[in-house]
Amino acid sequence: MKQTKAKPRRAASGRARKPGVALLVATRKGAFVLRSGADRRAWKISEPLFLGHIVHHMVQDPRDPRVILAAARTGHLGPTIFRSTDFGKSWSEAQKPPAFHKAPEGRTGRVVDHVFWLTPGHPSEPGAWLAGTSPHGLFRSQDGGATWEGVDGFNENPKRPLWCGGDPTPDGPKLHSILIDPRDRDHLYLGLSSGGVLESADGGHDWKTLIQGLDVVAGFDASDQRVHDPHCVRLHPLAPDRLYQQNHCGIYRLDRPSEKWVRIGRNMPKAVGDIGFPIVLHPRDPDTSWVFPMDGTEVWPRTSPDGKPAVYATRDAGHSWRRLDLGLPRENAWFSVKRQAMSADDLDPVGIYFGATHGEVWGSRDEGKKWACLARYLPHIYAVETARLPR
Amino acid sequence: MRVIIPSALRSYTGGQSEIEASAATIDELLRELDRRYPGFRFRIVDEQDSIRPHVKITINTEIAGSLDAPLRSDDDVAIIMAFSGG
Repeated sequence: MKQTKAKPRRAASGRARKPGVALLVATRKGAFVLRSGADRRAWKISEPLFLGHIVHHMVQDPRDPRVILAAARTGHLGPTIFRSTDFGKSWSEAQKPPAFHKAPEGRTGRVVDHVFWLTPGHPSEPGAWLAGTSPHGLFRSQDGGATWEGVDGFNENPKRPLWCGGDPTPDGPKLHSILIDPRDRDHLYLGLSSGGVLESADGGHDWKTLIQGLDVVAGFDASDQRVHDPHCVRLHPLAPDRLYQQNHCGIYRLDRPSEKWVRIGRNMPKAVGDIGFPIVLHPRDPDTSWVFPMDGTEVWPRTSPDGKPAVYATRDAGHSWRRLDLGLPRENAWFSVKRQAMSADDLDPVGIYFGATHGEVWGSRDEGKKWACLARYLPHIYAVETARLPR
Repeated sequence: MRVIIPSALRSYTGGQSEIEASAATIDELLRELDRRYPGFRFRIVDEQDSIRPHVKITINTEIAGSLDAPLRSDDDVAIIMAFSGG
C-alpha cells in the first residue's frame, strides 16, 4: 500500500474523510486483509499472506497504524513473528522470536510451540509489545517486535506450577488475553487456558489470582487455579475497572476493586447457554458487549447451538441479552468462532465482525442488528482483528 | 560441503536450493547459516537445542542423530521437512 502524508485528506465537501476499516484475518493456512471504506458497505480481500503458515494472531499497532505484527509457524518450522511497517506491503522476521531460557544441563526445558497472542504495549511505551505463547509463556519486546525476551516474573515464577499444571486445551495450553490498564502500564491482566486469570501490579514481576466467583467443570475443586479456563478476557478501555470474561464455564463480569466475578451468563436463554470462546466490548459503552455462544453440552460439540448461529448482545452489563441473527444462516450451520476471531471497530455505529471455523468472515455495521458475509472459502479462521487503514 | 535447502526455508536463502558452507559439526553449520540468514536456525532447532520434531537433517542420506554429528568437507547435508503421516 502506498504510504500517504499525515495530513488528512478532505472530501469534496471539505470535511475530513474518515479512514477506512480493515480486518486482519489469521487462519490455519495463512493470513488475509479485508479492506473497506468507513461506510463498511463493500469489502475487498487481499491475496494470502504467509500462505501455508499457521497464523494465530495478526494485530495492528494503534500507536503507529502502519505497523502490524503477525505470529506464525508452519507444520514443520518453529514459531516466529513477522513485522510490517507499511501496513502489510512488506514484512521482516523477528531477529529473536519468543523463546524460553535454555534449561540447565540434565533438565528438560520448555519449548515455545507457537505464539498465540499479541498485545501492543502501553501508549507511553512506543515499540513495546507483549506476546503469549503455547505452552504458557509471557514475552516482551521493546523494539517493535524485532527481539523478544521472556518475562521472568511469569515464566520463571516459583508459583508457575500452581497456575499452569492443569489439563491443557486440545491445541495446547495457551497464555492469552494480555490486558494493559490504560491508566497504569504496570497494571496487567492475563488469561491462562487452563490456569485462570492473573493480575500484576508491578509490570509482570509478580502475580495474584483472580478466580473468585468462577465456576469450574463439575468434579473439580474451584479453589484450584489450574482447572480454571478463561477463554477470553476483555478490559474496557474507557472504564478499565470493568472486565468481562467468556469462560469455559459461563460469561462473567468483574467490577474492580471487587475480586469476585459475577456470572452474567445466567441471564442468557437456557436453551442456548453461556458457553463460547469470544467476547467483544463496545469501544465507548462499558455496559455493552457481544458473545457468540457455542454448544457446550454432553460431549462439547463446540458448534452453533442447534445449528443456528447467533450473536448475543447485552446493553445493561449482562442483566439481559438479546439474540442478533438477522442475516445469519437460520438452520444447519454448525460453525463456531474462536476466542480471537471476533472484534469490533470504533466507528459509530460500531461494526462487529467474526471469522468462523469454516472460513467465512461475517460483519455487521449496525452493532449486530443485521449481518452479511464478507468473505468465504478461507481456511479455518483463528483470529479477526479490526484495524484502521493508515491515512 | 553442499547443503540442500528445502523449499520452506528458501525465503531465507534468497531462493537458493543449494549452498556451499564449511563446518565441523551440524551445530556449527546451522550457526553459520544463521549468521548468513538471520532467523534460519530457530525455525529448525528449538531453544533447548533440539532439532524440531518434523525436521530431519541427513549427512550423505543418513539421518543425523544430533547436532553434534561430525561433518567432512565433501559431505552432502540435506535439511528435510519430514513426512509426518500425511
